[in-house]
Amino acid sequence: MRLFRDLLRDVRFAVAFWVLCLLLTFAALSLFSPYDPTRWGQVPRDLRPSAEHWLGTDSNGQDVFWNATFAVRNSLIIAVIAGVVSRIIAVIVGMVAGYRGGSWDRALMFLSDSLLVIPLFLIIVMMAMLIRASLNLATLGLLLAFFGWAWDARLIRSQILSLRERDFTQTAILSGTGTLKLVLNEYMPYAMPLIFSTLINNMAWAIGLEITLAILGLLDMSIPTLGTMLYWAINYQAILLGRWWWVLTPITLSVMLFIALYWLSVSISEYLDPRTRVQRVGA
Amino acid sequence: MFLKQYLIPRLIQYVLVILLGITAVFFIPRLLPNDPVLRTIAEMRARGAYLEPGAMDKIISDLQQMYGLEGSWFDQYLAFWGRLFRGDLGVSFFQFPTPVLDLIMTALPWTVGLLLTTTLLSWAIGNLIGGFAGYYADRSWSRTLDAIAMVVRPLPYYIFAFALLLLFAYLLRWFPVSGGARLGMRPSWTWPFIQSVLWHSVLPALSIFILSAAAWFQTMKLVVQNVNAESFVAYAKLSGVQESRIVSRYVIRNALLPQITGLGLSLGLIFSGALITEIVYSYPGLGTLLYNAIVNGDYNLIMGITIFSIIAITTSVLIVDLMYPFFDPRIRYM
Amino acid sequence: MGDAILRAEALRAFYALDIYGKTKIIQAVNDVDLEIRENEVYGIAGESGCGKSTLLKALAAAIEPPLRLMGGKVVYRVNGAEIDVATLSQEEKRRLRMTYIAYVPQGSMSVLNPVMRIRDTYRDFIESHLDVRQKGEAFALAREHLVELGLPPKILDAYPHQLSGGMRQRVTIALATLLKPRIIIGDEPTTALDVVVQRGVVQLLRDVQSRLKNTIVLVTHDMGVHANIADRIGIMYAGKIVEEASAERIFGAPTHPYTRYLIDSLPRFGDKTPRESVPGSPPSLANPPSGCPFHPRCPHAMEICKREMPGFTRVAPDHRVACWLVGEGSYGKAA
Repeated sequence: MRLFRDLLRDVRFAVAFWVLCLLLTFAALSLFSPYDPTRWGQVPRDLRPSAEHWLGTDSNGQDVFWNATFAVRNSLIIAVIAGVVSRIIAVIVGMVAGYRGGSWDRALMFLSDSLLVIPLFLIIVMMAMLIRASLNLATLGLLLAFFGWAWDARLIRSQILSLRERDFTQTAILSGTGTLKLVLNEYMPYAMPLIFSTLINNMAWAIGLEITLAILGLLDMSIPTLGTMLYWAINYQAILLGRWWWVLTPITLSVMLFIALYWLSVSISEYLDPRTRVQRVGA
Repeated sequence: MFLKQYLIPRLIQYVLVILLGITAVFFIPRLLPNDPVLRTIAEMRARGAYLEPGAMDKIISDLQQMYGLEGSWFDQYLAFWGRLFRGDLGVSFFQFPTPVLDLIMTALPWTVGLLLTTTLLSWAIGNLIGGFAGYYADRSWSRTLDAIAMVVRPLPYYIFAFALLLLFAYLLRWFPVSGGARLGMRPSWTWPFIQSVLWHSVLPALSIFILSAAAWFQTMKLVVQNVNAESFVAYAKLSGVQESRIVSRYVIRNALLPQITGLGLSLGLIFSGALITEIVYSYPGLGTLLYNAIVNGDYNLIMGITIFSIIAITTSVLIVDLMYPFFDPRIRYM
Repeated sequence: MGDAILRAEALRAFYALDIYGKTKIIQAVNDVDLEIRENEVYGIAGESGCGKSTLLKALAAAIEPPLRLMGGKVVYRVNGAEIDVATLSQEEKRRLRMTYIAYVPQGSMSVLNPVMRIRDTYRDFIESHLDVRQKGEAFALAREHLVELGLPPKILDAYPHQLSGGMRQRVTIALATLLKPRIIIGDEPTTALDVVVQRGVVQLLRDVQSRLKNTIVLVTHDMGVHANIADRIGIMYAGKIVEEASAERIFGAPTHPYTRYLIDSLPRFGDKTPRESVPGSPPSLANPPSGCPFHPRCPHAMEICKREMPGFTRVAPDHRVACWLVGEGSYGKAA
């Protein structure tokens, strides 16, 4: 809790934290939505914002406010699935590569280097294109998770490498601690902050890709997400027709989300990494 | 030493990555459950593509060849590589029977022009400003730039390009909404055409430039602050070396080294970003070609673009990697 | 031994660290009076974390945030005139470096710019201070200087990573002496080197001093190095000088209990009794003990030691100690 209080003194962290709380509340409101997000024509089309429809309605006959609560919720679900699953892959790869070393290390790092160099976006588009029919929140999250671990596995590996040099590793090995136990008990606590800050970055990456894939029409368009909302708005020429409330709602929400996630991760990693933290000291 | 520890591993990696990437492209449609040929045809029909008589047969046999329904997977795989080595990426289904390679080559100059200028400029300018901002971290202009970068950097390419489009093309009407040049103009080396191209490229270029310059700015600022803490900088200061020399020859020059590696590592991301930006502005490069291929279900074209991009990006990364030793004597004289 | 060339008066330099809204003050240099003379080697000794490197920074007029000058002053005597360094502009201070006061850094891998050949470092250092018109002039000067010091001139073409640690350190000493400064200050210049190389570096420093007849201020925790080179030694503890005397007296008649521990911990030829190191650990400079900061570790601590910092007592003409065991602190003050 002291950590949290320290962090809250950083303006960026405080702003990001409260914006995220706001967005989470907003997403939670979807539970109380009077409308079914998958059905169209539930309200009159293309109404401007009013007391009855706070953010107006769209050309599909959906209420923009309530639809947006589902969109934020679903985009976050995709991001959490992608983030958590890819963390698991990244942790396993990073720990095995860092701890086992040798040819394991070389092979795994070659794999992750390859993923970094290859234009992944195109591969993901290819796959999304082929499995579009079965692309729901979970499968999209898994698809993104499958490709989103490479960079973070590298970071975790280098942390393990530096931990391995420390005394307690030798002590633990000499006292007969098993590898798995050593990794879980001794290394995980040190790697945890890093895993958390990469999780946030990875979630932002996943939401960005979700939006992009949706714009390309590669998702199930009946599921409201930030991306599909924007897709429908663009598809119905909402900009040319002056329906700004429809376009600006998903844009504003996603900008808030991206900035909040980024600021959160920056302030946490600055707090954790003494080398970047030194900069905030003094003067 | 240099050959063995630096050059050869990178060349091996280069070949292996291309091998791995293209193999993945080959296997992806095969590992998925349903018949790729039938699905592709169904997809094209669903999108109402008009097919001339006879074209369908050619497409089916093309698809069968490409997806390799002849012989074992191994035979198919060899045949796939054989075609690649002849530069044959098959034909586009949608713009039948134009070869995929021709379509790519038409779009390529646009993408290369846009990407090369924005990548190099944003790297150079982002690092230069970031370098000074890192050295003078407590000045107010440095803090202001940092605050701007903190807001811009997290935005994904799509959202940022779209926001610029809304603001400058729809709202303020300063720049054209879409395209690479005025409609109906024939490409030529004449001033009006070049002017039109430049005019149309302002917004797409600006989107890519601002986003990546903000990223280089921030990482450079951080690297410089770390280099600043190195003892050779403290030593030069305590020996009264002129500040201009310290900034340029000690701090920025050393801080650029990780940024060169960073350029190599992020080329793939920048490239993807450029594709998406092109889509937003309907800029006639590879991105828009990709978009049309997706909309029309032209799987062969997507595959061609992917294979081409894998080769192009890994080669660019290799070039950046091979240039690194020129800047770092510790690698050059290992 | 000549007149004072470098003086510190009631010098206080603190680090003010701002850690997430909480300000932490580290009292690195706390009320130090020093008088360093022309043509002498003055050693500053003490455990790591006692503030000796910070004192050196203050003496070199290199106080930069987060380090702040909280009081007192540093005075240089340049060409017979006394100058308070606080009155100098940045540019004036810069011009004094290398020409009047030069710095030898702690030996480490990254003490020389890794992407430049040694000759380019030489060029930067020379051209920052001399008006070099011709292109090869700086290079010729560097070459001549290396030969003079007995170093192979071909190292000018090398990159730092191609040189050994000892050679790199010799290069920094050569650079420091290039413009014949009146004062050379060294911050643990021998610490990262192995013993044999250390001897060579100390020898080089001695040669340089006897040739230039200038002043060397040397900070190191290694009493062996001090024994080899220093004329006078100041013992530093928790940001304060607690004893100062000629090297003979520091080693022959150490008076402060802390100094005695430092001397006793040195290995002596033929003596096989186990060496005793200072018990306990160095105090935190963020929260130093009351009174004499050494009292928690001192075997002779008395009631007064916990309450009050003793002043200096002059136990011999050139030997002052700040300890209640010795006197009432009639001469000068230490706190």
